[in-house]
Parts: sequence; structure tokens; C-alpha cells
Amino acid sequence: MSDMRMMYQEVILDHNRKPRNYGRIEGANHHADGHNPLCGDSIHLTMDMEDDLIRAVAFEGEGCAICKASASMMTGAVKGLKVGEAEDLASRFRGMTTGTLDMKDEQRLGRLRVFEGVKDLPSRVKCAILPWHTLLAAIHSVQAASSEGKDDPIQEA
Amino acid sequence: MNPEVIRADFPILDMKVNGQPLVYLDNAASSQMPQPVIDRLMRYHTSEHANIHRAVHYLSETATREFESAREKVRSFLNARESREIIFTRGTTEAINLAMHGYGRAFLKAGDEIILSALEHHSNIVPWQMLAHEKGVILKVIPMDDDGVLIQEEFYKLFNANTRLLALTHVSNALGTVNPIKTMISHAHQYGVPVLIDGAQAAPHKALDVQDLDCDFYAFSSHKLCGPTGIGVLYGKAELLERMQPYQGGGDMILSVTFEKTDYNVIPHKFEAGTPAIAAAVGLGAAIDYLQAVGLENIDRYEQGLLDYATVRIRELDRIRIVGTAREKAAVLSFEVEGVHPHDVGTILNDYGIAIRTGHHCAQPVMQRFKVPATARASFAFYNTRSEVDRLIEGIIRVQGIFQ
Ligand SMILES: Cc1ncc(COP(=O)(O)O)c(C=O)c1O
Repeated sequence: MSDMRMMYQEVILDHNRKPRNYGRIEGANHHADGHNPLCGDSIHLTMDMEDDLIRAVAFEGEGCAICKASASMMTGAVKGLKVGEAEDLASRFRGMTTGTLDMKDEQRLGRLRVFEGVKDLPSRVKCAILPWHTLLAAIHSVQAASSEGKDDPIQEA
Repeated sequence: MNPEVIRADFPILDMKVNGQPLVYLDNAASSQMPQPVIDRLMRYHTSEHANIHRAVHYLSETATREFESAREKVRSFLNARESREIIFTRGTTEAINLAMHGYGRAFLKAGDEIILSALEHHSNIVPWQMLAHEKGVILKVIPMDDDGVLIQEEFYKLFNANTRLLALTHVSNALGTVNPIKTMISHAHQYGVPVLIDGAQAAPHKALDVQDLDCDFYAFSSHKLCGPTGIGVLYGKAELLERMQPYQGGGDMILSVTFEKTDYNVIPHKFEAGTPAIAAAVGLGAAIDYLQAVGLENIDRYEQGLLDYATVRIRELDRIRIVGTAREKAAVLSFEVEGVHPHDVGTILNDYGIAIRTGHHCAQPVMQRFKVPATARASFAFYNTRSEVDRLIEGIIRVQGIFQ
């Protein structure tokens, strides 16, 4: 049970119950839909960008606790970042959740490290990563992101 | 029927998952194989394997005989009139696609109508949609009520002079609803409309008699029936199959081939192009032997008892909604834990050794009807026990504990 307590720790449950930046940004200049066909997780992301600065991100949609909490924390983590920094964070997040990132000296991920446990839950990795896929799709204004296949914006290593 | 004796036949049930004894409640997706089926597969691979219908040598004759003997077992299982009415396919999905191509594409035209139900699995929707796009055929859907029961008065209203086919599931995989297919088939026949039954979820639980049902097609999969994957069946009435177009072209389905023209083989071979899953068919035959030895009536009665028990136990919990409350149900319990997404329920139960299915169960229209993105589904087999139901209930209480 301790593994489960690790995965479903209070931070995640709290973001699931009270997601931050939930809703839509009126007049957003970037947006994208993300969909995870296996789970039925589905999020809509709106983003306000000025040049390559992410001023704000909001999301709405249906999903499991892991997906919702990940989306909620992502919106907070990338606010105020430059596109390059957000992309770097997305790739670190993917590395952490797929077990390919060396976590020993990892500094950037900060509170996002609560998602490290999904690397032991292969069927749930996609739930955690979906918001980040959708973020990248929104940055590049790809209209639909998916955690499967060809329009996966984070290429497999 | 003593479940402990039965369980001893299923080696996988002794497994531990995450340090806990496995509680396997995903039988509607795939059920497990008993030792006699595993042994039968082993024997086939060890001493009977060769290609069928092609050579005069000993092994080919043995494999052909065993393959055809499996066909005969399926015939007896369905109580079909003749074994040539049994076509081996990869599974239910391929069986329905075969009927779509062989019957639908051959005989339906623009403006013709097909009746489906709101309970269908995607595999009994998408092929007909493909036909609708290609031919301009119209699909009509029998609606269901809040219990997940098809509304018969609405069903009657869907028939008209253009109705050409009724494609209907026997048992819903998402909710467990058992449809009154016998009366529905006989209603369709009053309009001269043939009926395809998706029996994927019924075949593992009910004694079947396609002659008594009088369905025109019946499809099912071996892997839900304690048999191996890769094999399934389309039963069709001989006179229909004879009129139908082959689904795939190739070896075994021909009588003679020149570059100008091919004469097709007789049924069922006309529909079995290429080398089939011979071992899997033999395994399916062994699974049928096993189920018949236990007795489908015994299985049905036992599973109903288990479903009743599980339903009572889950109703004792707060903040749980059962999705699918038909009076006639197979051993499927679809539910929602209030405030917890089904995938989180599934992950936490897995940690406790319990295998359930979470998601839309390939029946998104059913999910839409109940306004849920997904459900958690426990589906029982005759080797499950009341103490496993108790474990499930404890597991759900743990889920609620984490999420409270
Ligand atoms: C009602 C129903 N129809 C069709 C299918 C498809 O069966 P298969 O995947 O074996 O082709 C299933 C199984 O998932 C089912 O439950």
C-alpha cells in the first residue's frame, strides 16, 4: 500500500480536488486539445503567450487524478517561462515518468517530482504526460495532441 | 459445482500480484485457460502440428482431423444443424467484419437500413458504419432506459420496408444486460429481416441453441470462453452462407484458379482463406469440452449467485453507483466510485492484487448514454468466489480511504 500512498500523496489529491488554473483564458492566443484514447482522459488547454514568453496557461477537461493533478501543476510550473525552458521541463518530466532521467542531481523539476512514482505504473505514464504533450501542442499551436502515435510532440528517444 | 475444485484447474489463479493473491475479475475482457486446455495446446504443438487440408502425410491428416473435430465441437456447443455452418475467424470482430463484407456489401444498397442497439461494442458498430459510408446504408439505433435495458416499443418502431438487417448483442459487455434476443429475432423475422447476434459475452455464460434462437448469424471469441486468443467463430445459416461473397481471397478458399477466373470452395472453406490458427481452434475445442463437462447451466447458476452477492455487498457501500441495473444480467458489475476516476480505482485495486477493467469498454455510446467518461468493471467467471468479492469490496474501501 505504501506505493499507492506515494502515488496518491496529498499534493496530488489536493490538485485533483481543487485544480489550479482551471477553466479557459478569454482571448487566449494559443490552445490545444489533448486526448488519451485508452483512458478517455481529455483536456483543453488555453494559453496566453507574448513572443516566446508563456504568460498564463489554463486547462479544463475530464481525467483521472494523475492527469488532472499533472495538468494543474503544469499550469503553475510553466507560467512565466520562456518556450525553450518549458520545452526543457516537458522533456525532463517525460524522462522522470518514463524512468530515463537520472534523478540524482535533478533540480529543475522541483515539486513536479511527486509524479516520479508513475514510472512504476506503466499504464498510467500517459495520464501524467498528457498535459505536457498538450502544452507543447499549444505552444506550436498543433490543434490536437494525443498520447499515442504520430502526432506525439515529444518524440520517443 | 464446487469453485475450489474448479480453481485447481486454473494454474494462473495461484499467482500473486504485488505480493497479494491475484483476484482476477476481468473475465469479460479475456478469461483464463484451465490446465486441460493448456495441455491440449501442448499436445497439439508437440505431436500433431502441420498445415491442414493440403497434404497426404500423417501430421497434416492429424492436424486436419483435429481442426475439423474442433469445428464439430463448436457445432454441438451452438447446436447448429451442420458443422459447415461454423466458420473459424480470428474472433468476434473478424466474424462481424466477415458478415459485413460477405452479406452487407454484397446485398445492401443505398437507402437500406440496419438496426443496431445502444448497447453495442464498437466491433458491432464500426463495421456497419464503414458499410454505411461506402453504400449510403442508414443505421438506426434501439435506445435503452436508465437501467441499461433496450426499450422494446422503440425497437418495434424502427422497422420499415427498407430494414435489411438487425445486428444486436446478446449480452452487453459494458453493463451485463442480457437482451431478450429470441423475441427480438422473431420480431425481425416477421419483417423478413435477418439477424446477426454478437455473442462474445453470452457464449461464456449461457447454454446456446442457435436453432431455437433462429438467429441467422452468431459470433463469439474463444478467449472469453477459457480458450486461447486468435480464434473465434461466425455461425451462419447454410443457405445464407452459400449466397454470400467470400471475405478474403487466397489459398484454401478456392476450388480452381486460373488467371481468368476462380471457382470458390464450398462453405465453410470459402470463408477461410489462408492458414488458420489451427492450434487455437484445437484449444477452443478443448475449452468447449471443459465448459460442457462443468455444465453451462451450472456455470450460469453459480455466476448469478456470485453477481447477486457482489451487487448486495457493493450496495452496502456509500458513494458508489452501479451502472447497469437490468433485471436480466450476466456476471458483470460496472460501477463508479463517487469522486474517484475509474482509472485511479483500477490502479489502487491492482496494487491490492485485484484485476478489474476500467475505461469505456469499447462501448463509448454506452458511456455517453450514462454520461460517464468511463466505469470500473468487475466481471466474474465460474472460478471466482465470494471471498474474492469480499476482497474487491475491501479494495474499494481502500480506494475511498485514499481519496476521502
Ligand atoms: C460484446 C462484445 N463484442 C465484441 C467483442 C470483440 O471481441 P474480440 O476482441 O475477441 O474480437 C467483445 C470483446 O471485447 C465484446 O465484449
